[in-house]
Amino acid sequence: MSLLLITFILPLIASVATFALGNKMAKVLALLFSAATFVLSIGVYLSVAHSETSSLQFTANWIPEMNIHFSLLVDGLSIWLLLLTNFLVPVVVLASYQKSFKNEAALYALVLLMQFGLVGVFTAADGFLFYIFWELALLPIYFIVWLWSENPDEQVRTRTAFKFFIYTIAGSLFMLLGFMYLYVKLGSLDLSTLYSSSLDSKDQIILFAFFFAAFAIKIPIFPFHTWQADTYRESPTIGTMLLSGIMLKMGIYGLIRWLIPVLPLGTAFWTPYVIALCVIGVIYGAIIAIRQDNLKSLLAYSSLSHVGLIAAGTLVLTNEGFQGASIQMLAHGVNVVGAFFIAEIILQRTGTLSISQLGGIRTVAPKFFTCAVIMVLASVALPLTNGFVGEFLLLFSMFQYNTWLAVLAGTTIVLGAVYMLWMTQRVFMGNVNSRTENFEDLKTTELVVFVLLIACVFIFGVYPKLVFDLLQTASGTILNASLR
Amino acid sequence: MVNLYVLILAPLVGFLINGLMGKSLPKSVSGIISSFAVFVSFVISSIYFFGFVGGTQAPIDANVFDWITAGETKISFGLLLDQLSGLWLMIITGIGFLIHVYSIGYMHDDENFSRFFAYLNLFIFFMLLLVLGNNFLVMFIGWEGVGLCSYLLIGFWFKNQPYNDAAKKAFIMNRIGDLGFLIGMFLILFYFKTLNYGQLKEALASTQTSHGLLIAITMCLFVGAMGKSAQLPLYTWLPDAMAGPTPVSALIHAATMVTAGIFLIARANFLFSMAPETLSFIAGVGAVTALFAATIGVLQNDIKKVLAYSTVSQLGLMFLAMGVGAYTSGVFHVTTHAFFKACLFLGSGSVIHAMGGEQDIRNMGGLKKWMSITFITFLLSSIAIAGVPPFSGFFSKDEILAHVFEANKVLWVIGSLASFLTAFYMFRLVILTFFGSFRGTHEQEHHLHESPATITIPLVILAVLAVLGGLMGLPEFISHTHWLNSFLAPIFPHAEGHEHMAISTEFALMGLATALAVIGIGIAYSLYVSKQQLPAKEGELKGFAALVYDKYRVDELYNAVFVKPISALSSTLYTIVDKALIDGQLVEGTAGLSMQLGKRIRSLQSGNIGFYLLVMVVAISLILTYVFI
Amino acid sequence: MLAILDVVSIKYYLILSAFLFTIGVFGVLFRRNAITIFMCVELMLNSVNLLLVAFSTYHHDASGQVFVFFVMAVAAAEVAVGLAILVTIFRNIHSVDIDDLKALKN
Repeated sequence: MSLLLITFILPLIASVATFALGNKMAKVLALLFSAATFVLSIGVYLSVAHSETSSLQFTANWIPEMNIHFSLLVDGLSIWLLLLTNFLVPVVVLASYQKSFKNEAALYALVLLMQFGLVGVFTAADGFLFYIFWELALLPIYFIVWLWSENPDEQVRTRTAFKFFIYTIAGSLFMLLGFMYLYVKLGSLDLSTLYSSSLDSKDQIILFAFFFAAFAIKIPIFPFHTWQADTYRESPTIGTMLLSGIMLKMGIYGLIRWLIPVLPLGTAFWTPYVIALCVIGVIYGAIIAIRQDNLKSLLAYSSLSHVGLIAAGTLVLTNEGFQGASIQMLAHGVNVVGAFFIAEIILQRTGTLSISQLGGIRTVAPKFFTCAVIMVLASVALPLTNGFVGEFLLLFSMFQYNTWLAVLAGTTIVLGAVYMLWMTQRVFMGNVNSRTENFEDLKTTELVVFVLLIACVFIFGVYPKLVFDLLQTASGTILNASLR
Repeated sequence: MVNLYVLILAPLVGFLINGLMGKSLPKSVSGIISSFAVFVSFVISSIYFFGFVGGTQAPIDANVFDWITAGETKISFGLLLDQLSGLWLMIITGIGFLIHVYSIGYMHDDENFSRFFAYLNLFIFFMLLLVLGNNFLVMFIGWEGVGLCSYLLIGFWFKNQPYNDAAKKAFIMNRIGDLGFLIGMFLILFYFKTLNYGQLKEALASTQTSHGLLIAITMCLFVGAMGKSAQLPLYTWLPDAMAGPTPVSALIHAATMVTAGIFLIARANFLFSMAPETLSFIAGVGAVTALFAATIGVLQNDIKKVLAYSTVSQLGLMFLAMGVGAYTSGVFHVTTHAFFKACLFLGSGSVIHAMGGEQDIRNMGGLKKWMSITFITFLLSSIAIAGVPPFSGFFSKDEILAHVFEANKVLWVIGSLASFLTAFYMFRLVILTFFGSFRGTHEQEHHLHESPATITIPLVILAVLAVLGGLMGLPEFISHTHWLNSFLAPIFPHAEGHEHMAISTEFALMGLATALAVIGIGIAYSLYVSKQQLPAKEGELKGFAALVYDKYRVDELYNAVFVKPISALSSTLYTIVDKALIDGQLVEGTAGLSMQLGKRIRSLQSGNIGFYLLVMVVAISLILTYVFI
Repeated sequence: MLAILDVVSIKYYLILSAFLFTIGVFGVLFRRNAITIFMCVELMLNSVNLLLVAFSTYHHDASGQVFVFFVMAVAAAEVAVGLAILVTIFRNIHSVDIDDLKALKN
């Protein structure tokens, strides 16, 4: 139990320490602390795996007068997102290790603070706590996008960061209203209370819309996605990785944990519309990605396409859907961080992200190409990579819902191959040009990052049972609540 | 069981060694390592295979570990080794090994020698998974995996963008087929709760299944097969795939990977047999593809393109066999085709090697003077594919056509016509390449030479197989049993109860087939030897011939119908829907609205205290008035 | 004792007070000179004082008169501070017109 608390609080301590000890130490401290957190979370994983209920719980009084508790829950679903977060943060820090930023202490402190917020989101078992961490996770990334953007145009980056901030917080405020209403009705926001509540369906339908606003913007689901491409492009890559790798999962996690099982009748009412939006997003994102010239924009739209499928799969309310979504969240987290790391390396060495100005990198940087192509294959869901298992289950659960929707959503495996291979061809193949002829192959730290990510690609692709075994109970609980 | 693991994993180990440290290995070592890896697989395959032949080996069906377990869906990573996969193992590892050896000579001067062998080994690994899976999903791993290797190897010379285009096209077209395969699997998984062949067979036997469902499943699976085995309308990637090094064309795009579609149908024959409508459709597609591709082959001038269209055409013939329920004949043709087509491709590689990269047969001629071994092997294989008795191709092709004749006369005519064209274009190819006088440049002529032993030995072995391969399926009136039929009887139970037509009919058909082949060869001889004609130069062909020469402009059609509209749609969606409508109007619109509102209301906050006070006094007066009066 | 309210009835006090208050309000609203505004504020305060005293007598309740003392005290303090500020302003910009006091705007 104390292990969980230490794991929970360590990023906060790390953040303060990193900020206090100044720029020189910041990078090292951030890496050490986040690595330590990851090691601790493996400990948490082991104790979850060995506990009888496959979950850990911690509850302390916080505001007892108002029936608000500081309660954390780590079950088979949370633990994987906890591991994902605590794995990706050190990886992201390591990925930026070569680079120097202005005011590094503040940057890395913000990164760690964000980690604290994310861990909180994924472990909170009280709506009040969940909301606090939800907003806490947003603040650091806003500053990272705004202050460390590499765009020299002050106005553009301020505008982009501000748009992102306002857009997401507008959604969150709807969620806050939703929580307030739930609190007034139920007298508590504790997860178990919410899972056994019985609100009438009119309330649920309205409340669903409120919560969905927050989650749909964060995920993002078409048509709430327009902040995404701009933010990914303007943000420094360290921010993009955090945003796309972990933060998107907040939305899907919220959907699975805080929306579907809490408001089953509302879900039942809205499901057809939401799934339709998701499927539109899947195809829409993929088609737009085909013609994007900016590498980061392309990845942003591809991300829109992938997460649409995840969200749709969860709403089908099957075990396959929940588990497929869960494992796909892990896969997408790893793959998208890898993809943006590729973009970052290309940007650093050639000074451009414009695909049409690149070419021939394979000739000069074979190691980089190999790593990149593995990440590309994982993202087009080749069997035995992590992308396949989730996509198979998600498409299958879509299929159980509606055959034709599954066929439509399934076009993503064709379109995904189109834009990813087209990108690969134009960036890596062909002859070198003046921008790419001096492209330097991977340095050791970069290689380490890729090796870590690739290890995840194959571990979860070949032996996903690791994830499924723990997920079974958690997904059962959620499914039971969702079908009550 | 351990043997089986070694069999599968040896090529993977070879891939890892070559892939991770290939750059630091000397060329000879990296070639030997990967050939040896395949050789290990070949030896073990042979042990199993001859075990099956001798009846001492029982089929192995084992789950290695649980792969995907979610809710009710439980899919194991399982292996199945029986007669069918045993036969395929022999083709994959046997021909695979020969082609590895060949590649040591062929790729000798390539700077990425070790990478080439790494990819080849990876391909063998995935191909083994494809045939050894005990459920559809494991087959799908191999299915997509060989697609990946095909992609990597077609684009092996990656500095050339058209080659990369070809590689990408192959992968994407295969993906379209794979989507069908995937949907087919979903249907099976949804209605039968399993993807395992054995369990599916039991479920089909024990429960009443709606006929429509069976048709849907088999059609979806066949879409997958169309993509992988290059059938109409998903065939255009295969001719383009000739951009890859020639050993790749021989191994992947002739002998093994492209026959995966046949394997799928053979493996799921119990399923397909229950959906005769799908079988008819398959037969139709196969026949049309066979003829269609054969006509294109007649006018091509690139030595590899001719062989590529020939492959598409032969694959069509195999599907025709599967479609009329003659599974054994289809598999028989897969085997003999693997022999002679691999030999032909490798022979063409030898020619291209000698010509210094030249592939246009208009610039060749008279090569038999310099390359006697290549010439003889190439000639023997051509006779085999043309269907002249007693070469291997004759028996397999004749068997198919005999079955088709029984089933449907129209399809038989189409098949025979394709067969006739095959004889013609193959001999057109042989004559233009090896006979007459040399038409290339002096430099090329000076460079001409017979290839080294690593190249010629595999050629000789394959040529021998191409000649003798027919022995495994001699008709019953010659030898007392059809060996392949009885070998595969556990897989294709219906084949045994097959009624035989009168021997006289069979003889008549054989005679006709032989006559057609000989006429085809004769026409080629009279045109290109007696009359010394040469293929037309670019732009000389008119009308229908020009259309055929341009491959019926199918690529252009696909471009106009699919590629361009999607590309245009992509730009439109981005600029108009995404940027202008959603972001511009809705999102920024909402923001703009609040800004406008803010501007209006802000003007009240003028900062003039006097104004504030006035408003206050007026308001208070109004309130007081309201309250008291 | 002759009650003062019997001589001049309460309604005249009300009218006078309202009259004074209105003069004060309009003075504050429409005059530009800070000293005038100040005097008008005083006028308003005193009109209220007048009312308080009048009602105090009317209701026989002394607390109203206590209030008046408070108001006068506060008003005196206010005048002291206010005039000091005005004097300072006048020294700085040689004007006590409130329209000239815009340094804090923008």
